[in-house]
Amino acid sequence: MRYLTDRKRAVGKGAAHTGTEHHWYMSASAVALAFLVPTWLYIFGHALGQSHEAVVATFARPFPAILTGLVLFVSMRHFAKGATMMIEDYSHGSTRRGLVILAHSLSYVITATGLYALVKIAL
Amino acid sequence: MVQFTLPKNSKIRTGKTWPKPAGKNVRKFQIYRWSPDDGENPRVDTYFVDMDSCGPMVLDALIKIKNEIDPTLTFRRSCREGICGSCAMNIDGINTLACIYGLDEVRGDVKIYPLPHLPVIKDLIPDLTHFYAQHASIMPWLETKTNRPAKEWRQSIEDRKKLDGLYECVMCASCSTSCPSYWWNGDKYLGPAALLHAYRWIIDSRDEATPERLDALEDPFKLYRCHTIMNCAKTCPKGLNPAKAIAEIKRMMVDRVV
Repeated sequence: MRYLTDRKRAVGKGAAHTGTEHHWYMSASAVALAFLVPTWLYIFGHALGQSHEAVVATFARPFPAILTGLVLFVSMRHFAKGATMMIEDYSHGSTRRGLVILAHSLSYVITATGLYALVKIAL
Repeated sequence: MVQFTLPKNSKIRTGKTWPKPAGKNVRKFQIYRWSPDDGENPRVDTYFVDMDSCGPMVLDALIKIKNEIDPTLTFRRSCREGICGSCAMNIDGINTLACIYGLDEVRGDVKIYPLPHLPVIKDLIPDLTHFYAQHASIMPWLETKTNRPAKEWRQSIEDRKKLDGLYECVMCASCSTSCPSYWWNGDKYLGPAALLHAYRWIIDSRDEATPERLDALEDPFKLYRCHTIMNCAKTCPKGLNPAKAIAEIKRMMVDRVV
């Protein structure tokens, strides 16, 4: 029990003066992904079912390789920021911080692994 | 962490069923009851109202129940015409004002609960202390730095029109208590009502504190917890659109940085 005035409780620690960048990034990356993902799926769909050599040859070409890298990076950043928002909605305190770190770590691991595989194929 | 089950002392039980009056046009009301004085769990009491001797609104029925059946039933009401915002409650699953919600809009039994996700003081009366404090925190008044004019602060007809759809809010809390984001993070998130009022002062052509107002709102929780769920716009008994006001604030925030 803390004896705080209603106003102090409502104001809390004040505004963090952040959030706009997050909001703008989510909007911009969503628009970018709306173009990137269908294009990547079209290329991926064409490669599906082909021989190993043909698939490697497809992703060794500059456009599919760069596109795949962009999809990986942008989608994983979008995922990390979106997951952060979701985690902040439903959890509090230390659990919240732990889960946010986990989501960001996961996105970085997936990005790094994907880029490593892509570099191995493309170069 | 979000809780998906109610604590034992909050589980709602079946309450008393009051005698059914004679008559052909009788309607069943199921009303949430809880008193802090008896140590009992919340319950839902059942009342029957003869609609031939009752007004057309939900509030008419509640007043009739209180006057003629059960004087212990507790609820707020004042103006009876949708201006004061006192009688906001959850009727048939919708947060609205009992005084302007017609009984003909409800199919079947009339189920009445207090506004969701707020502490209950008694029966249909929620504790709005934090809600009002959040409203106060957005400085709902004209802030000026220029010396006071000889007559009044002037405003063009066009600028005055921008306040339409905003100034009509009666602070009934129907919107904020219908918002899942406000349910989960109501301690930090200002909620649709306070943000609608914040926007009303941000776009007031006479107000000179726009930068300070935007600064005070730029926060992942105070403003950006709005996920455009739109429950606020759907439930507002005055037909306002707080979600649009929030989107406009976000647009102004982006305009400052991009």
